[in-house]
Amino acid sequence: MVGSGASVLKRFRSSQLGGMSLPDYGFYILCATAIVLLATQAVLHPSDFAQILVFGVTQGAIYALVALGYTMVYGIIELINFAHGDVFTLGAYIGTAILGFFSLTEGSFTTINLIALLLVFPLVMLIMGGINVAIERVAYRPLRNAPRLAPLITAIGMSFLLEGIMFLWKGPATVHFPDILPQASTTVAGVFFGFKDVFVVVVAAILVTLLALFINRTRLGKAMRATAQDRDAAQLMGIDINRTIAATFFIGALLAGAGGMIWGLYYNTIYYQLGFRSGLIAFTAAVFGGIGNIPGAAIGGLVIGLTAAFSDSYIGSKWTQVVIFGILIGVLVFRPTGLLGMRVPEK
Amino acid sequence: MALLELEGVDAFYGRIQALRGVSIKVDKGEIVALIGSNGAGKTTTLRTISGLMHPNSGTITFDGKDITHTRPSQIVGLGIGQSPEGRRLFPRMSVLDNLVMGAYTRNDKAGIASDMERVFTLFPRLQERRSQISGTLSGGEQQMLAMGRSLMSRPKVLLLDEPSLGLAPILVETIFTIVREINSQGTTVLLVEQNAHKALDVAHRGYVLETGSIVQHGSGQQLLASAEVQKAYLGM
Repeated sequence: MVGSGASVLKRFRSSQLGGMSLPDYGFYILCATAIVLLATQAVLHPSDFAQILVFGVTQGAIYALVALGYTMVYGIIELINFAHGDVFTLGAYIGTAILGFFSLTEGSFTTINLIALLLVFPLVMLIMGGINVAIERVAYRPLRNAPRLAPLITAIGMSFLLEGIMFLWKGPATVHFPDILPQASTTVAGVFFGFKDVFVVVVAAILVTLLALFINRTRLGKAMRATAQDRDAAQLMGIDINRTIAATFFIGALLAGAGGMIWGLYYNTIYYQLGFRSGLIAFTAAVFGGIGNIPGAAIGGLVIGLTAAFSDSYIGSKWTQVVIFGILIGVLVFRPTGLLGMRVPEK
Repeated sequence: MALLELEGVDAFYGRIQALRGVSIKVDKGEIVALIGSNGAGKTTTLRTISGLMHPNSGTITFDGKDITHTRPSQIVGLGIGQSPEGRRLFPRMSVLDNLVMGAYTRNDKAGIASDMERVFTLFPRLQERRSQISGTLSGGEQQMLAMGRSLMSRPKVLLLDEPSLGLAPILVETIFTIVREINSQGTTVLLVEQNAHKALDVAHRGYVLETGSIVQHGSGQQLLASAEVQKAYLGM
């Protein structure tokens, strides 16, 4: 009877009812229920609801940036890069270290703060890009043709290594990240907006737009998509897949580095295991959107950020991780292709 | 001197030997057919030429250069294009983007545009479907796109792997007519086929591959007339 569970699952997944499979119905019913419940709250307590929405979108924007790196790497080499969350955290650590060289004024916004931000933000992104390319070179490329489990294990090892480095560097306690953004805020119809909220969402939106343009319009971006879709065929086009894969890690880490900086600037507190928890949540976002699917990761990040915020408020924050990882399990079991899974037939 | 020459090529998948001392010559302007049954090593031969795998011994020379250990991305730039077995399109890209990827190694915009026109003249169907996602094309259209895409690098030698596989008889006819046309426009062709009759008919010369070794070669007509070939591959 070995494997009967899997076969039951397979039958369940492929059972049809009016052109849609049963798990699809389940998925839509769950989504509809959640939307109805939330809509009720929105009608009963509109300003609370809007406030949670603001939190959710802000968190979701950060998760989206991190989720993009997971999904891009998975798309091109089918590796779940467990070290990605730690690359994100390391970005915040390096950011706070470099910001330490400036004579910043915390709690208000000075010219020096602005200059530091404009210099350090892109610098951290580039440093993380370089580090991630090095990680790919030493930990994943030598195992390119090994069984899939091997790079997965080096990814976990790399994750522990990065956490260990941050632990040795700053210790186990939380680390302060300078609070250098303007403190300005406004209240619209009972909903509080900080400059920080706007900053997070705008920066994330700009980066995601640039990524979309890069992937769809440029020669290297198209080569990355081609390599993800068929590696041998890409080589037959003359694409150097080592370069393309390195570029994917570079860009994924640009976004993770930006995510780390934004996290630090927004919450002002970081710790060495941040990437473990936030990384798993961002990974859930990538799976939710359809792992390997770039718009899916951006949308998945938003949805997971909103889910976390609503769960914190309406269910209780101690249940939030249960809810999010419940979603991860639910998606993997019932809809492994995710929200925007690949629907194009591949003949 | 031959444009493309394999000499005593041995190739392995792990411990299994797929090619045993394969020697093949392709002269400029020719169509050369490589026929053989399933698993004889035809696709392996093409993969080895394109550098997707490297021989354990033996040499491959192209246009006077040793390319035995050259990387696949460089081999395309030297002038070897391949339309692989099973078409291997980029299924979630449009027809146009697939063709653009075919010209990946080139920078000459005008040349690329004129080659795009050439592909659309050879395969008018692709022009009608230029913005369609390639994974949704019919089998015949996918084959046309795979061939068109491989022409976009403006190869000196075009390696065609099973272009007629799985196509309706009328399309098979079209594909072989186009192979002839591509050749008459100056591209040398190395054609791998299970459809031995059609392949030898269109080819100037042919080789017969059996369990990794070349067992026979000659002109297309000679091979068509050969008793062994007739028995083994033409079902006579």
